Amino acid sequence: MSSSLTKPGTGKRNDSRRRFLLELGRSATGVTLLSFGIGLYSRQSASMPANAIRPPGALDEGEFAAACFRCGLCVRACPFDTLDLARLGDGVTTGTPYFTARDVPCEMCDDIPCVVACPSGALAPELEDIDQARMGLAVLLDQENCLNFQGLRCDVCYSVCPAINEAITLEHIPNTRTGKHARFIPTVHADACTGCGKCEHSCVLEQAAIKVLPLKLAKGELGRHYRWGWEEKENAGSSLVTPDGEHRYNLPSSKRYDFAGEGLLESGE
Amino acid sequence: MKKSSYPGYEAIRRKGWLAAHKWLLLRRLSQLSIMALFLVGPLLGVWIITGNLNSSLTLETLPLTDPYLILQSLAAGHIPQGTAIIGGLIVALFYFVVGGRAFCSWVCPVNLLTDLAFRLREKLGLRSATSLPRYTRYLMLLATMVIAFVSGGIAWELVNPVSMFHRGIIFGTGLAWLILLAIFLFDLFVSRRGWCGHLCPVGAFYSLLGTHSLLRVRADARARCDDCMDCYLVCPEQQVLRPALKGADTSPVINSPNCTNCGRCIDVCALDVFQFGIRFDRSDSSRSSPNQAASPSTGV
Ligand code: SF4
Ligand code: SF4
Ligand code: SF4
Ligand code: SF4
Ligand code: SF4
Repeated sequence: MSSSLTKPGTGKRNDSRRRFLLELGRSATGVTLLSFGIGLYSRQSASMPANAIRPPGALDEGEFAAACFRCGLCVRACPFDTLDLARLGDGVTTGTPYFTARDVPCEMCDDIPCVVACPSGALAPELEDIDQARMGLAVLLDQENCLNFQGLRCDVCYSVCPAINEAITLEHIPNTRTGKHARFIPTVHADACTGCGKCEHSCVLEQAAIKVLPLKLAKGELGRHYRWGWEEKENAGSSLVTPDGEHRYNLPSSKRYDFAGEGLLESGE
Repeated sequence: MKKSSYPGYEAIRRKGWLAAHKWLLLRRLSQLSIMALFLVGPLLGVWIITGNLNSSLTLETLPLTDPYLILQSLAAGHIPQGTAIIGGLIVALFYFVVGGRAFCSWVCPVNLLTDLAFRLREKLGLRSATSLPRYTRYLMLLATMVIAFVSGGIAWELVNPVSMFHRGIIFGTGLAWLILLAIFLFDLFVSRRGWCGHLCPVGAFYSLLGTHSLLRVRADARARCDDCMDCYLVCPEQQVLRPALKGADTSPVINSPNCTNCGRCIDVCALDVFQFGIRFDRSDSSRSSPNQAASPSTGV
């Protein structure tokens, strides 16, 4: 094709062909540039704000962008108006469903209507038991303002949790400030927390001390070579390294150890 | 401009205003009532259709999904589940019969906007030199598939004005009006019928879907044409008219997949050259009833 362009003397046909190629080149360039723009924008919008949580059963963020039709049927199916479709400028991929736990949490419906309504499979229909949902993970982020951390008995996040005593427990540690009391520390367990956000929603502080984060943000991961010694020991039936010696204490004279559970104490106590 | 010089003047004079606007009115009625059907749910709590044009559920039984979206989802690496596929097939079949771009003139909300820009442009007598080739839309269509494939997401949906507009009205617009404003201004000042006639990949997709559609505008009475050019002036895809109207040995059927089956040419022709019909030539074409053959107003 290009050789005929350079051939002289083909007159009009040559001219119109050249014009056609020029035109094609121009519009193709325009479209390509636009696509680059959209491509870059799509990359940028792939990172969700940390407080935007996907509905139950949502595929991983990468897959979700390919699967979700931006139709809002999940939004309409939710009896609690938990979900919203992102608008342009909201920071979440435009047209996709999300919720903000602090505003309206997910009430963990038994029949999961949002998943049932989803036509595309972006909310995986395999999710049939809402307790298995992993929308995110609650994390007690602000230990300095959490009332329970100060030794007060707020307990609100704990009491509202739909999976109370499994997803969230109160672990007690000595209250070193008063020296007499315990602190009941709200402690979230990833194997049961669905990320519904009831805890974050109900936290009595001005800004919630406990927040639901996307799993990717909330979870750490062990080094791949790393094993918990005690688990390996239990699996093997005995210690895998040197035999356990008897534990010996080597405390400073001002301290003593209470085996009944109080732990390390001042000698006089 | 001289009063008697606007397209359709002669048709109004001969047929009366109503008859010279029949299809336009029906089309607007269709566009607005589809919008209304989607809106009575969120506004009045009467749920006839839930969702939006991308995917919806009518009366809790009939799923409808945009087949173009399904293709993009596939290109991005996701296989949509059954409900979506069924919904996509229903929509595809519908437009396969009534003409793909009937979506543009009878359903798409952006058409209201671009038609308005066009009318304003004509009123103000704006002429501009920017001429985009009409096939740019197919490059756009290809590009949307490529970015879906490369980015692994339905990236076109981030900016698609068609779904932005529709979703915006039902679920809240956010900044989507900026994109719509851009299209309006583009059509008004930069390019005549710029967006819908040259760029929109959604329209391009539906044109491909309707390549072999049954429902067509026919110029069976083309012998009557007195070259008033009114149809050319109103047609959003002027280039589709000539072969049917002027080609002596070609079929009188407007066969281009880019005819939007808007019926505006039927409206403005004072000599009733055009009518809705089916694509096949029948020996007894004079008996074809245009009203019966054409009911795209039921298209959702
Ligand atoms: S599980 Fe229920 S409350 Fe939670 S998002 Fe789905 S429909 Fe809404
Ligand atoms: S119902 Fe499914 S496809 Fe539709 S917006 Fe919700 S997640 Fe996306
Ligand atoms: S998010 Fe909070 S309330 Fe919900 S399951 Fe997890 S710990 Fe419980
Ligand atoms: S060309 Fe695109 S924007 Fe215009 S009416 Fe058709 S689908 Fe809508
Ligand atoms: S040929 Fe007629 S029906 Fe087709 S797009 Fe043009 S005006 Fe509309």
